[in-house]
Amino acid sequence: MAEQPSGDALIRAQVGQQPVPEFSETAWTVPPPLAEAKVAVVTSAALYPRDGESFTVTDTSYRALDHAERQLVMGHWSPNFDRSAFGIDYNVVYPLARLDELVEQGVIGSVASKHYAFAGNQPDDVATIRYDSGPACAAELKADGVDVVFLTPV
Amino acid sequence: MCTLAHVFEAASLSTVTITSIRAVGERMRPPRVLHCEFPLGRPLGKTNDPEFQHDVLRRAFSLLERESGPVLEDHPNEIVADEEPLSCTVPPRFDPDLAPAVDEARGLRKAYDRALGRRGVSEVGNAVDADGVPHALDVLQNIVNGTPWKEAGIPGGHTTALANDIRAYYEEAALELTDAPNPGGHQTEDWFFERTEAGKLVLAVRKALAAQGAPQPVWFFMAPMYRS
Repeated sequence: MAEQPSGDALIRAQVGQQPVPEFSETAWTVPPPLAEAKVAVVTSAALYPRDGESFTVTDTSYRALDHAERQLVMGHWSPNFDRSAFGIDYNVVYPLARLDELVEQGVIGSVASKHYAFAGNQPDDVATIRYDSGPACAAELKADGVDVVFLTPV
Repeated sequence: MCTLAHVFEAASLSTVTITSIRAVGERMRPPRVLHCEFPLGRPLGKTNDPEFQHDVLRRAFSLLERESGPVLEDHPNEIVADEEPLSCTVPPRFDPDLAPAVDEARGLRKAYDRALGRRGVSEVGNAVDADGVPHALDVLQNIVNGTPWKEAGIPGGHTTALANDIRAYYEEAALELTDAPNPGGHQTEDWFFERTEAGKLVLAVRKALAAQGAPQPVWFFMAPMYRS
């Protein structure tokens, strides 16, 4: 009997077939040397501070997360991934301890004072992300002097 | 994430994106992608493994040295989610007058409280807090027993949020009870849906809601799409 595909394989097959927004061009920004760069994390894990505002089911907004804040709730609504991993070790989604170590090692210049979380929601034309919350988040990152954004899904 | 990468890069920020689903990265063509075929929910691959996490970061940041793009590379390691349910005993039956899932949830409360005390935060709380989990399971049992879903008084009014709260309550408690507190991907999910009365009840109520004619969004997202 053929082996049953894993849950992850089924999700990947399903999501991989769905329509995605396509971009006619890919912008390209040359970063400074990594050892001089300020790095921020942006994740779609729907993280928010313990006493902060949670994400609604169709939320396209984002939350700013202080670098020092580690007591975060993962408020993503999807049941289709390992929801326990973040609670076991936040670095597997949101690798701030690893980035701090890279600063100590001189691999990266510095870590941003704020990071950002979205909830992975987007209407088919991704208009809100493209023209509203995405640019607003970019402006906050630039105001903090960020050079490099490391993006993680769940 | 791929849309945000396009937006950020156009705003003069350099980006590196981890993807979990390669086809999405291929088609959306963000500037720099490291595809990681790791368990979903673990974009850096392994919990409590700084060395492996650093390897992912090193490979991702190396893409910043490229002179042009878009570029998509694969992390050389594939990690398949461990599908063996977590080794974790559930509490024995205590009150035979209660529905099995309700009795079980009550028995897990001290473990859940230990988890909350250790971590200081919990994923439970979108529809109900920990105090509300046993009652929520009672409501779900009533739906399975035939109570029309619109009359059942579903706590929080949202079945997906409620199912996520129940699952989080159980999974957080389980990590306090297991002798393998660093499980692989899917082990806690498998334990919840395959070993606990609550997990089986969530799957049963999903079927009951569908049979009662509830709209698909009411029941479909209560459990992973591949569970039946």
